[in-house]
Amino acid sequence: MTETILHLMILFSILFVVLTIGSMLIWLERRLLALWQDRYGPNRVGPFGLLQVLADSIKIFAKEDWIPPFADKAVFIIAPAVIMVVVLMSFTVIPFAPGIEVVDLNIGLLFFLAMSSMGVYSVALAGWASNSKYSLLGGLRSVAQMLSYEVFMGLSLMGVVMLAGSFNLREIVEAQRGGWFIIPQFIGFIVFFIAGIAETHRLPFDLPEAESELVAGFHAEYSGMKFGMFFIGEYLAITLISALTVALFFGGWMGPLLPPVVWFAIKTFVFICFFILLRASLPRPRYDQLMSFGWKVMLPLSLINLVVTGAVVLLRKT
Amino acid sequence: MVSVQILALIRFFRVKNWVYMLSILKSITTVFMTMFRKRATIQYPEERHYIPPRWRGRIILSRDPDGEERCVACNLCAVACPVGCIALQAAEDEHGRRYPEFFRINFSRCIFCGYCEEACPTYAIQLTTDFEMGEYVRQNLVYEKEDLLISGPGKYHGYNYYRVAGLSIRGKDKGEAENEDIPVDIKSLLP
Repeated sequence: MTETILHLMILFSILFVVLTIGSMLIWLERRLLALWQDRYGPNRVGPFGLLQVLADSIKIFAKEDWIPPFADKAVFIIAPAVIMVVVLMSFTVIPFAPGIEVVDLNIGLLFFLAMSSMGVYSVALAGWASNSKYSLLGGLRSVAQMLSYEVFMGLSLMGVVMLAGSFNLREIVEAQRGGWFIIPQFIGFIVFFIAGIAETHRLPFDLPEAESELVAGFHAEYSGMKFGMFFIGEYLAITLISALTVALFFGGWMGPLLPPVVWFAIKTFVFICFFILLRASLPRPRYDQLMSFGWKVMLPLSLINLVVTGAVVLLRKT
Repeated sequence: MVSVQILALIRFFRVKNWVYMLSILKSITTVFMTMFRKRATIQYPEERHYIPPRWRGRIILSRDPDGEERCVACNLCAVACPVGCIALQAAEDEHGRRYPEFFRINFSRCIFCGYCEEACPTYAIQLTTDFEMGEYVRQNLVYEKEDLLISGPGKYHGYNYYRVAGLSIRGKDKGEAENEDIPVDIKSLLP
């Protein structure tokens, strides 16, 4: 009985923390972008502008919940919910610290990959249901982008799986006690991180919502909290990819002195900041460049990584 | 068939592909280093930018050192104004001294070009360094004479138009102005 209550408490606290982080990232991103552009960013509402998030959310909740008359109503409403659900589901398998995770799934990594593929539906359905040309073009682009980058996202992780001998994320973290997987799996890390950026359609791979040509891409017709769901979903996805990178390549909760959760949080924070730094510094490539980069550079790289890792693992065993 | 695959492999390992990557890393580090630079923002209500004294801001009407209105209602400013935002009505007091009965500037039209100040023969109308004159009601941007008149001489301290002009007013007859000779008596035959 007490275990059930404890489990529920962990579940809800993880949900709470993750959602809070997701919304606070709006503030963090604006402040950091400002820092890298020699500005201040929002610093008026509350200490350091922290209450900007509150002000923004009051605004976005008070907005009219507009569904365009030409849209496919049911699908239009479901689409933003899908991305939230999918990303929050992926958080269930992340081991934040020993004992602090929602489920100890033995196929945790596969579960994450499955969920991130489901995320494509959100964008595709949003683009389709909006029934407008910009949304459809954005939806098309993001489907093509996410599908092709998913291919080697999965492949890049197989090196880690081979070294750890498990799909369970907790066991993968435990396997890094001797040394972080970033060293033997450097190429795997690079490929995974780039695929992760494409998967969350963040800059420089934000072609689905390229403002300069597609207005806002797949969420051009969305407003109010439905748009907010896409927005928060994107920030949650950033947190997810950062947390996964930490768990897979940077030793998860391991670290001296500080408690495990703190180590996990610090490492994740660094990667979130790196995501924002990428946005601050890189322009987006052309669409065909994006595709050829994925298929001609990243896919061969991940395959080479896979083959070499496999060979090394085999040699070690014999 | 094999040669095609070899070609693809060669293309994959071409140096060009990887030089691009280096330039990307370079731009990331450059942007990261801007973190340690001073921020360019001036946080306006608390910090203020330097405003030069000849700034063309809110228009005022000044007074001469004796405390009288400088404006002689000559209408030159209203003529010079390219947007026609100045309106005034001339009047004369019992000493023959001209003054504006009303003087009205519509600041919702004013473009702060400073032509009125250039045209003014008596230094009466002047532009100041104040620029914070936002209003919620448009009508409040129409300034009347009592809003425009200030108590001091503005940018030109010692200047008094009637003290240098050959015009008789109360307390100063013709020829009593600064650097002025007594007028020639045209009725006299003496040289």
